[in-house]
Amino acid sequence: MSTTTTDARRNPPGRGERFADWTDSRLGLHGAGRKNLRKVFPDHWSFMLGEIAMYTFLIVLLTGVYLTLFFKPSMAEMTYHGSYAPMNGVRMTEAYASTLDISFDVRGGLLIRQIHHWSALIFIAAMATHMMRVFFTGAFRKPREVNWIFGFTLLVLGCIAGFTGYSLPDDLLSGTGVRFMEGATLATPVIGTYLAFFLWGGEFPGTDIIPRFFAVHVLLVPGIMLGLFVLHIILVFYHKHTQYAGSGKTEENVVGMPFMPVYVAKAGGFFFLIFGVITVIAGLFTINPVWDLGPYRPDMVSTGAQPDWYMGWTEGLIRFMPGWEWVIPGGYTINFGVFIPLTLVGVVPIMMMAYPFFESWVTGDRREHHILDRPRNVPTRTGFGVAWLTLVFVLLTAGGNDLWATHFHLSINTITWTVRIAFFVAPVLAFWITRRICLGLQRRDREKILHGRETGIIKRLPHGEFIEVHEPLSQDELHKLTAHDQYAPLELGPSVDDNGVVRKQSPVQKLRARLSQGYFGEAGQIPKPTRREYEEITSGHGHH
Amino acid sequence: MSSQAGSENENNGEHLPTVREGGEGGVAVEEHDPFANPGLPPHEPRKQDIDERAAKRSERTVSLLFTVSMLATVGFIASFVAIDVDKIVYIFPLGHISALNFALGVTLGLALFCIGAGAIHWSRTLMSDVEIVQERHPIEATPETKTLVKSEWRQGTEESQIGSRKIIRRTLLGALTLVPLSGIVLLRDLGPLPETKLRHTMWGKGKLLINMNTDEPLRPADITVGSLSFAKPEGLEDGDHDFNKEIAKAALMLVRIHPGDIKDAESASWGHEGILAFSKICTHVGCPVSLYEQQTHHVLCPCHQSTFDLSDGARVLFGPAGHPLPQLKITVNDEGYLYALGDFDEPVGPSFWERG
Amino acid sequence: MKKLSARRRHPLAALVVLLIALAATGGLYATFAPTGKAQADETSAAQSLAVEEGQKLYRVGCASCHGTGGQGSSDGPSLVGVGAAAVDFQVSTGRMPLQQQGAQAPKKPNIYTQKEIDQLAAYVASLGPGPAVPEESQYDPAGGDVGRGGDLFRNNCAQCHNFTGKGGALTDGKYAPNIDGVDPKHMYEAMVTGPQNMPAFPDGVLTPENKQDIIAYLDEVGGDEAESPGGFSLGGLGPVSEGLFAWVFGLGALIVLTIWIAARTAKARKS
Repeated sequence: MSTTTTDARRNPPGRGERFADWTDSRLGLHGAGRKNLRKVFPDHWSFMLGEIAMYTFLIVLLTGVYLTLFFKPSMAEMTYHGSYAPMNGVRMTEAYASTLDISFDVRGGLLIRQIHHWSALIFIAAMATHMMRVFFTGAFRKPREVNWIFGFTLLVLGCIAGFTGYSLPDDLLSGTGVRFMEGATLATPVIGTYLAFFLWGGEFPGTDIIPRFFAVHVLLVPGIMLGLFVLHIILVFYHKHTQYAGSGKTEENVVGMPFMPVYVAKAGGFFFLIFGVITVIAGLFTINPVWDLGPYRPDMVSTGAQPDWYMGWTEGLIRFMPGWEWVIPGGYTINFGVFIPLTLVGVVPIMMMAYPFFESWVTGDRREHHILDRPRNVPTRTGFGVAWLTLVFVLLTAGGNDLWATHFHLSINTITWTVRIAFFVAPVLAFWITRRICLGLQRRDREKILHGRETGIIKRLPHGEFIEVHEPLSQDELHKLTAHDQYAPLELGPSVDDNGVVRKQSPVQKLRARLSQGYFGEAGQIPKPTRREYEEITSGHGHH
Repeated sequence: MSSQAGSENENNGEHLPTVREGGEGGVAVEEHDPFANPGLPPHEPRKQDIDERAAKRSERTVSLLFTVSMLATVGFIASFVAIDVDKIVYIFPLGHISALNFALGVTLGLALFCIGAGAIHWSRTLMSDVEIVQERHPIEATPETKTLVKSEWRQGTEESQIGSRKIIRRTLLGALTLVPLSGIVLLRDLGPLPETKLRHTMWGKGKLLINMNTDEPLRPADITVGSLSFAKPEGLEDGDHDFNKEIAKAALMLVRIHPGDIKDAESASWGHEGILAFSKICTHVGCPVSLYEQQTHHVLCPCHQSTFDLSDGARVLFGPAGHPLPQLKITVNDEGYLYALGDFDEPVGPSFWERG
Repeated sequence: MKKLSARRRHPLAALVVLLIALAATGGLYATFAPTGKAQADETSAAQSLAVEEGQKLYRVGCASCHGTGGQGSSDGPSLVGVGAAAVDFQVSTGRMPLQQQGAQAPKKPNIYTQKEIDQLAAYVASLGPGPAVPEESQYDPAGGDVGRGGDLFRNNCAQCHNFTGKGGALTDGKYAPNIDGVDPKHMYEAMVTGPQNMPAFPDGVLTPENKQDIIAYLDEVGGDEAESPGGFSLGGLGPVSEGLFAWVFGLGALIVLTIWIAARTAKARKS
């Protein structure tokens, strides 16, 4: 009950309150507190996906600091004579040896290492899921486009932090990944060779790459991420959270629970829950057992060489490419087998980042949006999202083609060919199917609004006809199902104006009109029932 | 609503929906609108709000969870002190795992989880669950603020005279453009220039082929048909400081194929009685490609599945590699050892811009 | 049509759709699976024959593919010079006799007794000189250097068999098998003889001591007693299984928690 808090408020100023006054007179905290202490946050599970990302990020930072106390980012060679017997007498770098020491000699070091790695995987998975939620509900619309870009940048930086991080132990698996990165750098036209020599401090593998990755991994990337993350959160506070349509919820308000005390308890508690779950996972399940992988040597390799999951789609792009390599006049080589995937690795995320601006250009809508869309009500956007996810899934399949082959007794060549076709076909199919499903769901909503919910009760009318009894929807449900905006498709208008003068229509305008037709034309949405339609059907006769 | 009316004019948005439903702070707009927003439903009390016994139960649950957390932390410290770091126990179904890692993970996990579970149970059952409505305000500043800020900015720039004093403006721009160059120049010493480093390996005329496994020079008789062996150039030792750099280019893969099965005559002539020496480094991105199938003579790269036919000059059969694996010319010396007739005649490993 | 749309809303409809989807997936799988041959006929006629000597066994179990004198045919390679070790490996791991022609002969239950295998091996060894069945002292894991073995394993074997011998894919449906828990004797024989598409590692390339080191390493990191200090090993397949686990169980568990946190607490009045 709330008695405890009210009691505290009535008491004469205690030590805590005096301290608050002291800080306020120096830092002006009360001003910030007035705005934010009772800030309202709406309750919905899907709004907590970003919190998972936030807390796993904090866990990664905390455990990462601990690991730096023991890890030696050095590629100096040594012979191991530590406590892990199967590596006795093996030559390795200090980076690898210190990772073995963290795992086998530092008490709790193995646990912290595993928490660090598991949280990193979950961190990026949570960012991706959070981004999907934001995308499919249209939460990226004005005024939140900038925060979408911050979030997107965090995802990209998260992947870079992950790659540089799992490369640090200098084991045979991650070293293979670093080798791949070197090969990809060499494939960059014109400057590739120089770039590779500068990044690696000479020829591969050299002795510089691990210390350099270390600086990027522990300082540069996390520093930028921390800054962006703070900005991201500030903007969430400043914009106030979006909410789903429902009774009492409008574009001009936000309905939910106050930050203090409910969200302090819920969000604070959630941090501990996540930390607890990941710690138990790290205690029970091993991750990246570097002691099994062996130290890196450029002439050794293991089958099943895959990156961590978030880099898997780039691996897929590389794996299914045909081996196209041209020598252009002048004696220069373009390695398309690597260069095309490299370009796509840049282009695909940028498409994702640019989407909010693309959609607002098509709709021409410059209003603020705080009520979220149901994915079905924007079939084209939802279709793009699912197509994009399908593409990523196809690429992940390609990236693990050897494991698919051995575990499902398939031929690796068949899988690769299937992926080559699916790369082009599957997203288109997914887009089309998703749009159809969304339209079907819209039709069902329309039916439900007009005719009520099917109860499954069959009634016989006096003249013998059987009908199913439909129960009308509650006001709340009626509102929820009709709360979304429906745009009219953009019309280009006649190409000749009233006076017979030809109007200029740029190709860009035509494209925009065509896209708008795709989004909001007959094939793009089902008109929601109008008030008149509803009244015509509900007044008068009892059945239909 | 006010901001949207203004923007609609800007983009001729007749296709935009004009009225936002239920736009009046949660109160039904019109009496007759069947789809109107019914407004926030009245708060319904939970059991804990009206039944003090239920509230007490929740209180006990929360404090129990916090107590379990304390005990788990004690357990964590006890495990840390009591369990040896190298102790392995069998725990079904996890396998033979580190006792310390298991104990620390479970106790710390429990300690953390119980704090979280307690806090959330507390917030869900005891803290007020009355929903609060807060107004939103447009992010955009009011027209007055906009005008004020713009005029202040204008005043500031005018006072600086940056607009009228062109020479200052231009030289400042020039200075600011040039100064980052120092930073770029500083990056020059990140590494040496490539020169022809990628074109040469340690192999050279007369270098013996040293077995990677035994460190002994290889004889033709060691390499039987259907076998696979790896070699390094004479003079490269495991402990050398540049071992990794050299082996990254020089790693060699030796196979022996019945001379009759070798389809490429030139490739056969570069070998010795069917013993062929290919670079082990994939021409795609440089993984060691050595998944040799002795019946088909195919060699597969485990990273990206480039497949080469060693019986046909290491031609690319499948996958993303762009050109065959380079082959090393070898023969036998008077003492019966295999040696190289020179370096590879093309760069090994992944292709690069200047490769040609 | 109306009926269909009514049934679409049936609570079991989702289940039906799921079953149809599963069936379709199975069908697709059947189309893509490389070995399309029907049920294998039990070529275990040899089993019913009384054991007398290798040649008789050979004529019954092996000659149809490898030729009456071991000279080979279009269905099977020549056995002249493969040696006793090859016979012992192929037959006692059940790879031979072959059940059906396919991408690769899989491991299966052995149908011969050790005595029969020895007789067969003696017969094949008589066709031409080849590697003999190794002595136990040669492949006893206790006699090897584990650290050195790991290095040798990563240089010679891991490219096909994975870091700890979990196996991997080769071209066109072929694969390097999982060698976790394989009899050390068979490991040794496989290295010497190079069964099927596996290359051989003759003693000149990989000395008997090297082989023993590799066996010692595999014994240390594989088998039922293998230690996985960090916890359950998720198949030892690396980042793919780890990624799947992180999504399904890691993020999955956390999402279940979000649902609990955001769910309404039960109201006093049941409406």
